[in-house]
Amino acid sequence: MANVEFMGKSFEVDEDGFLLKFEEWTPEWVDYCKDGEGIKELNEEHQKVLDFLQDYYKKNGIAPMVRILSKVTGFKLKHIYELFPSGPGKGACKMAGLPKPTGCV
Amino acid sequence: MAKHKTPLLDQLESGPWPSFVSDLKLEAEVRAKNEKNVNYQIPVEVVEDLLGVLELSFTDGETHWKHGGIVGVFGYGGGVIGRYCDQPEAFPGVAHFHTVRVAQPTGKYYTTEFLRQIIDIWDMRGSGLTNMHGSTGDIVFLGTTTPQLEEIFYELTHDANVDLGGSGSNLRTPAACLGQSRCEYACYDAQGLCYDMTMEFQDELHRPAFPYKFKFKFDACPNSCVCALARSDFSVVGIWKDEIRIDQEAVAAYVGGEFAPNAGAHSGRDWGKFNIQTEVCDNCPSKCITYADNKLTINDKECVHCMHCINTMPRALMIGNDRGASILCGAKAPILDGPQLSSLLVPFIKVEEPYTEVKDVVENIWDWWMEEGKNRERLGETMRRMGFQKLLEVTNTKADPRHVQEPRHNPYIFWKADEVDGPWERDVNEYRKRHQR
Ligand code: HEM
Ligand code: HEM
Ligand code: SF4
Ligand code: SF4
Repeated sequence: MANVEFMGKSFEVDEDGFLLKFEEWTPEWVDYCKDGEGIKELNEEHQKVLDFLQDYYKKNGIAPMVRILSKVTGFKLKHIYELFPSGPGKGACKMAGLPKPTGCV
Repeated sequence: MAKHKTPLLDQLESGPWPSFVSDLKLEAEVRAKNEKNVNYQIPVEVVEDLLGVLELSFTDGETHWKHGGIVGVFGYGGGVIGRYCDQPEAFPGVAHFHTVRVAQPTGKYYTTEFLRQIIDIWDMRGSGLTNMHGSTGDIVFLGTTTPQLEEIFYELTHDANVDLGGSGSNLRTPAACLGQSRCEYACYDAQGLCYDMTMEFQDELHRPAFPYKFKFKFDACPNSCVCALARSDFSVVGIWKDEIRIDQEAVAAYVGGEFAPNAGAHSGRDWGKFNIQTEVCDNCPSKCITYADNKLTINDKECVHCMHCINTMPRALMIGNDRGASILCGAKAPILDGPQLSSLLVPFIKVEEPYTEVKDVVENIWDWWMEEGKNRERLGETMRRMGFQKLLEVTNTKADPRHVQEPRHNPYIFWKADEVDGPWERDVNEYRKRHQR
């Protein structure tokens, strides 16, 4: 486990670069991650995905299924990959500060 | 001189079976010597440290890999299984030890040229260790570091023209038996269908969009050499509809002892002279074969295509000419609600390029399961929860006695409102006029 310092903030992360604590998430985290996730500039659509992931996680304690993410944001999976090249799990969930996806991945 | 002492693993170098320990030690030595001057991109001692951590697990009886791992390549949501050692200081060579699934050719026929090409990539950018192949079918590259993933992916796609396999909640890498390439039982081109479906559904394979994983497997006859019935959510099994073709002269050759039964598969022991009555006729599950007056007859209407007679006398009995496949669905391992073999959905379907009929069945199932399947619920479990009837509806399949092994024995039978006379809504006062309280 390591500590990341960025713009005066400090984040505790695992080997895959996921936040260990959702509560440590701040907007600076997104700035810090974006290069490593292949994103140049964040736009409103990125923000919409991140906001929804965070809301859903706060309400339900889990990340939404891909289908629900698509339905609520109105973005097809193809478009989500255009926004987040490493996909909704490794890309968007990481930037939104959600815990690392688990299971038979 | 090996880096770690491995007394327990060393015991696995004796005995006749090819020893994975000896092979690992050989690879460790090759890397240490580096006679080919490979510009190793991950620690040279990766194999030594793998042996070291494995020996530790043998000693304490516990795994030393941390939980999970999320790594990959841009554009895809799967294909790489991330893995980190829980003793990185003791075994730095396997601090990162990710597995890359590489798409294999169907039937696993290779040229040495191709194998050399991908192994050159892997020797330089990975551990040099592989699994040929994963149970699902993939070529498995065992052990590399995160920064090498995009490099490996670039070289696989640009130089070797090969893609990654699947992982995660998506379509996994499909696989087939070797089919018509070298088997006279093949009822359809299993490899052709497997390749075509893999290419058709690349998006579904690379970008997880399903409630859970989903597998295709293709057997060209009921012998099931790729075990589709047990190991795939969507199992396609070859079958014929007309008569088993009989060559009476060849039957006579079996009876006379010129041809060995089962192509000599039991020649390791003396089972006595071939007896067509006990070894073929009496073993037919339908009891639909008779041998009388030196002539073999089959009542094909009763044949259930079990393959037994054909397997026993392959030179005398041949699959029919009207060929196709059955589609069965829902196989899965025990977690969560118990193991399942696939259940028959489509008794017979033609399998011809461009395979539109088969693809229609898949897409109908996906439309339903993607909408109704719960998080991490395999198709087999959705079928159980929502009912086989529902699967028939969404695939526009007419219910048929072949859909069941036996009819239900409980009377909890649902009816649709439009199947019963009068509406469900009844007026109790009307009833009371005839039946006092
Ligand atoms: C910690 C969780 C799991 C891990 C690490 C894991 C890992 C694997 C691996 C490495 C394979 C072989 C893949 C290949 O051949 O390419 C595999 C196959 C498979 N897994 Fe899992 N798995 C996990 C959980 C599960 C669960 C929960 C299920 C079922 C609900 C499952 C069912 C299967 C099946 C059916 C196969 C295919 C077996 C075959 O093709 O013979 N796995 N798994
Ligand atoms: C076609 C006619 C009938 C059908 C389809 C039928 C069906 C059923 C079913 C499905 C149950 C529930 C069983 C369970 O939950 O384990 C049940 C229970 C019961 N039935 Fe019937 N039944 C029929 C006629 C009758 C008649 C005529 C009587 C009495 C004269 C009767 C008396 C009972 C009783 C007492 C129970 C409760 C048994 C218990 O609690 O274990 N049934 N029936
Ligand atoms: S499944 Fe049937 S057709 Fe395919 S290789 Fe095995 S015996 Fe031959
Ligand atoms: S295939 Fe099986 S069921 Fe059919 S005739 Fe041969 S032994 Fe009997």
